[in-house]
Order: sequence, then C-alpha cells, then structure tokens
Amino acid sequence: MSIALHRDLEAFVERDEAGRGRVELLVNGARCAGCISKIEKAVRGVPGVSAARLNLTTGKLAVELEPGKADPQAVVDTVEGLGYRACLFDPAEAKAAQDREGRELALALGVAGFGAGNVMMFTVPAWAGLFGQELNASTLTLMYWMAAIVATPCALFAGRPFFRSAWASLKRGKANMDVPISIGVILTLIVSFSETILHGQHAYFDAAVTLLFLLLIGRYLDHRLRANARSAARDLLALQTPVAMRLTGDVEQGIPVAEVAVGDRLVVAPGERVPVDGLVESGRSDLDNALITGETALAPVGAGARLHAGALNLSGRLVMTATARSEDSTLAAIARLMEAGAQTRSAYVRLADKAAALYVPVVHTIAALTFVGGWALGLGPREALLRAAAVLIVTCPCALGLAVPAVQIAASSRLFRKGVLVKSGAALERLAEVDHVVFDKTGVLTEGRPRLIDAPAHLLALAAPLARASRHPLAKAMALEAGFGLVAAECVEAAGQGVEGLIDGRRARLGRAAFVGVEGGDARETELWFGFEGDVKIRFVFEDQPRADAAETIAELRRLGLSVEVLSGDLAGPVRDICHGAGITDWRAGLTPFEKASIVDALKASGRKVLMVGDGLNDAAALAKAHASMAPGAAVDAAQNAADLVFTGEGLGVVVEAIETAREARRRALENFGFSALYNLVAAPAAMLGFINPFIAALAMSGSSMVVLLNAARPSVSQARLSLRSRR
Amino acid sequence: MNIVLFLAPFSVGLGALGLLAFFWTMRSGQYDDPKGDAERILYDHLDEGPESDH
Repeated sequence: MSIALHRDLEAFVERDEAGRGRVELLVNGARCAGCISKIEKAVRGVPGVSAARLNLTTGKLAVELEPGKADPQAVVDTVEGLGYRACLFDPAEAKAAQDREGRELALALGVAGFGAGNVMMFTVPAWAGLFGQELNASTLTLMYWMAAIVATPCALFAGRPFFRSAWASLKRGKANMDVPISIGVILTLIVSFSETILHGQHAYFDAAVTLLFLLLIGRYLDHRLRANARSAARDLLALQTPVAMRLTGDVEQGIPVAEVAVGDRLVVAPGERVPVDGLVESGRSDLDNALITGETALAPVGAGARLHAGALNLSGRLVMTATARSEDSTLAAIARLMEAGAQTRSAYVRLADKAAALYVPVVHTIAALTFVGGWALGLGPREALLRAAAVLIVTCPCALGLAVPAVQIAASSRLFRKGVLVKSGAALERLAEVDHVVFDKTGVLTEGRPRLIDAPAHLLALAAPLARASRHPLAKAMALEAGFGLVAAECVEAAGQGVEGLIDGRRARLGRAAFVGVEGGDARETELWFGFEGDVKIRFVFEDQPRADAAETIAELRRLGLSVEVLSGDLAGPVRDICHGAGITDWRAGLTPFEKASIVDALKASGRKVLMVGDGLNDAAALAKAHASMAPGAAVDAAQNAADLVFTGEGLGVVVEAIETAREARRRALENFGFSALYNLVAAPAAMLGFINPFIAALAMSGSSMVVLLNAARPSVSQARLSLRSRR
Repeated sequence: MNIVLFLAPFSVGLGALGLLAFFWTMRSGQYDDPKGDAERILYDHLDEGPESDH
C-alpha cells in the first residue's frame, strides 16, 4: 500500500493577491488563557505560519500563512498534538458565519439609544414647561427644532431594519408587524415636524426614537438567540463534514465533499466516513453501516466492494473510486424525501404570525378610522392625525412581537444549558403540540457503539495488551473495559483483519475469526477472537448497550400522555431485546428509510403529531416529515440538518425535558398574548378618544413590553420541579 | 437662557462622541471575543489588544 507523502489542503486556504493565506480552524476544548497561550505559541512555531489568533468565544483559530509553502495540515496536526480536536472550516462557511445582521442591529440600537437619551433632554423640559408655563412658545419651538435635528437622523438610521423588512413584505403584497411600526414612526415624525413648523405644542420626536430603541432591544435579543443556535449547528456540522481526500499520483489532496467528481480516486482512512458512493479499489476494512441502514453488524469489504456514502470505515485504509457525486449519492433519494418533508413543515404558521395576520389589518383600520372619524367629527386634521399616530404607537405590536421571541429565548437558553440545541423558535412551538414519539433504535435508544459483554476478567486481561495496541473500535472498547495496563510488543495491525504482537514473549493475535485461525464464526454478531499461537481461541462478543435512562425516559413520556413507538432498520432480534428492556411494546424492525418515512406520514394522516428521534441517514426523511424532530449530537449531518433539535450528552432524559420546556414556553407565550390583547383592548380606545398622547403611548407601550419580558424570564414551577428531580 | 444655546449642542456633542466611540469599538472588533479578551488580559504576552477582522 502506498502511503501518501503529502496531504494537500490548499482548497481550504483563502489567498490574497500577495499570496498570503488565511485558514480558519474550529478548535474544540480550549477554555482558558493557558489553552490560548499553548495553542497560539505552538501554531506560530509551525513553519510558514505568520500569525495565529484563537477566538475563545467562537472557538475559531484564525491562522495567517506566508506566501508559498505553508501546510494547513501541519497546523491541524499541531493543534491535535496538543490534545484539542481541530478541523478546517470551509472558507465559504466562514464567510457566512460573519454576523453582519447582528452588527447592523447593534449599531442601530446604539444610535437609537443615543437618540432617545438626547432627545429627552429637549423634550422633557418642554413637557415640564408646558405645565409650569415657564417656557414661552418660541423657546418651546426652539427645543423642538433641536429635538428634530437629533431625532430625525437617528430615527431614520435606527429604523432601517424595520423599513427594509416592511418594504419587502409590502412588495410581496403582505403586511407584517414591521409595517405598522414603520408607518407609526414616519407618521409621528411628519406630525411632529408639522407641529413644530406651525408652532404647535404636540411634537413627539422622543416617542419615535424611544419606540425604535425599545423595539430594537427585542429585535437584537431575538437575533442573538437565532445566531447562537445557527453557529452552534454550523460548528457541529463542520466537525462532522468530512474532507474528502482525493488521490492524485502519490498526493492526497483534501477537497470539500461537494467538489468530488465521478471517477476521482479517494482515500478513506480508518475512522473516517465514506464521502460519496463508490467502489473499493484496494484495501480491506470493516464498515459500520449503522447510520445508513440501522444495522449493527459490521460489514467486511475488500477490493471491488460497493461503498455507500455515510458508512464509517473502521479498521483499514481504503482507496476507492467515486461512482457518484455527493449530490447523486445514496443520500439523493433520502434528501429529496427530506425536502418534501421540510416543505410541508414550513407551511406551519407560527403563533406570532397567526396573531400578526389578524392584528395588523385591524390596527391599520382602527388608526384610519380614528383619523377619518376624528376629522369628520370636527377635530381638525392636526388633532385627528395626532390621535391616529397615538393609536398606532399605543397598539404597536411590541408586546405582541416580544411575546413569543422572549419566551423562546428563555426556553432555548434553558435547554441550551442542558445540552439541547434548538434550531428555531417554530420548532419549540411544534414540539409543544407533539402527542406521539417515534424512536430509532441504534444510537438513540442505544449508545450506538459496541460494548464488550459477559467477558470473564481473567480472559479479558489476557487479550488486553493486544487490544490496547489497536485502533480498531472493537479493540478500543475492549481496552476501555480492561483499563490501563501492559501493551503488547512488536504489534502489527493487518488492515481489516486484526492485530498481532508479542505478549510476554508469546506470539498472539486478536481480530477476525479467520485471522486468529478459527473456522466459520457467527457473522451476525459483533465479535473478536483472541488466541496465542497454537493455543485455545477465545471469543469476545460485543453488543450495543441501551442508554442508561432509556426505560425511565419512556415511562416519563407515558406520564406526559405521549404514546411511544420504535421504528428500526435493524433485525428483529436486537430490536425486540432493546424494546423489551425499555418497556416498549410497539415496535417494527427491518424498515427501509422510505418505509420509516411513510409510516410517519401515515401517522400524520391519522391526525397524530409525531416527534421523531433519530440519528441515521435512514431516519433523515422521517425526521423531516415528522411534526417535530430531535437528533443526538453524534448523528450524521443529514439527520442533524433535518432535525429541529440536536441534543448532546449521554442521557435520553433531555427528550422529556425538551417537551416539558416547549409546553411551558407555549403556555407562557399564550399568557403573553393574553396580556397584550388585554392591554390593547384598554389602550386603543383610550388613544382613539384622545386620552393618550403619543408620548404617553410610547411609555405605556414600553411598560407592556416589560411585563411581557418579565413573564418570559420568570422561573417556572415545572422547571423548579425538574431541577429538584435531577438533584435527587 | 442663552447659555442653553451653548450647553445643548455641547451635551449633544458629548453624546455623539460616545456614539462614535461605540462605532469604533464595533469596527475594531472589540466584541468579537469577549471570553478570550477576559482571559488574555491576565497574561502580558497574550495582551496585545483587540484585533480587527483582517
């Protein structure tokens, strides 16, 4: 087997005109100043690196490379050598990760804050003066002019995010929440200008800017929630997205999987996933197909064997020929199903949008009626317009707009602390409605990795020295079970076969039945054989163990009134065992991805709201079709992409917590809606009748927003109960 | 009352100065890595001040 001399990762380097390069790495595990110091110092020591800086907040290491010979792989190796997990970031992804929108919102927020503070300086004396009669009319006008000079540019700058969104929505023939906000702000400015020019007493420059300031606070919080969730998801994916290693002559070149062409020769090292469908050209290995078919038995492959994208290469280095591009691989059919599922799901109307669809036209009509009615009843156009503006401001859907995002931010961050990543607010709303839970078996109910079972300690101790020397996952599981100890000498690993070495001077082998010298062996079970030369052979059996809290979680789900079902692609035997242990009576085995998806479809058609929990490619379509979906952090990209929530950690209990949190969030959102509706029922008529001027309206509006925010942040009873339970 | 004509623009100017400072901190990337900067300040050899995007 030819060992590649050089792994070329030029595709991940961004070069400027002078040839200086820049790569971004995602570094896992860096936490303190010590880590920064260690990593930066080591990376700067790599030849060809001119600068390195680790961002502890995002976990990104930016490395600048000198023109010419600088090797990104050396940087990755250096960081991994220090004990941190590192992977290269696709430059296109890195661009997308730059948070332009967040920066714009922060700037708008800063300007609105400045404006609100400084306009008050002029208008508060004006308000006070109106009552105390200390200011004469000309001073008042002067004050207003100064307020106008400060407020107008601030309002126009800070309002841009709203104006843009409102305009985009109007162009599509719809009215979102930003339409009344924009009209309210612009109308208030126009009224205030006309008042000031006509030496009137009712200018509300302060109201316009303060309104924007308060709205932007909510907008910014909402944006942060979504940006955090997105970047965490992107990082998870970057850790998993395999770099396909293309073999050209003797050189391995790392390229993004999307760039693989049919006929490319690719190298799949042990521990990596097969990037696209293909045929094995040379090498022998075992494949773990669990993520594609759900099967737990390992599949041995040799030259000429067919490989499916997503399979995990366990033991030997394989050279393969790509027979499909990434888009045409086994994934394609699944991906199409997923898209269809995602489309039906995006038709789901969010709570806030439902409210907005009712609310916006009503508010506009009321404001228009106020103006027309007021004028007709002899108020005069100025007073009528003023009242209309007050109506628009006081009914500003601020509390309504905050009602849902505030609750969702609180719920998402609560879940995030427990290791659950929520991809969107809509996902939480759908999760709250779920009444039926479908689990996948491998990797969800079980840990998804083999564990040694029923091995007597003295036999394990015999084989352990060889197991410690091997990188094969089964051997690793054995070594883990055996703990620290001796390592065999002169170890040679035969790819796809096993490992051979000297233990106390005796030659021994650990591996496949044939390798160790045993005829036959049960291919259906995951096993390793061990034996000294010319001695008795010992068999070790491995099994995928159920997660520790699987049974408890199922019981909790039943208590919440949910029915539970298992759909697995694995054989009936293991599925029955696991389901029996977890107390699940309703299960089906040996399903294809399409059958899984159609079962979920059928459940949906019968009116059930299904939560799908799955991790494999074979679950991806079902995940996308289900009403809500969760995937563990160890799942394949496709599953994580399709899932609404991604959970990390060993336990399955987070599924229950996620559902309870989502239901709680839904209750809170409805409470908030109720409050905002009540507020509007009182405030809108008051504004129409002229009891409220635009300034008071702005204050009342912000008061109602505060109530909504506080309600969202209030710790909940069920959360307290949950944390009590976990403490016990 | 005339003092207002001087004081008002002056105080707005002060506010604007603060706003400009905020713009500058945004532009120079001082919010890009709050966690890292909090750690870096503890060590002389790491404390090179904030770095801009490029």
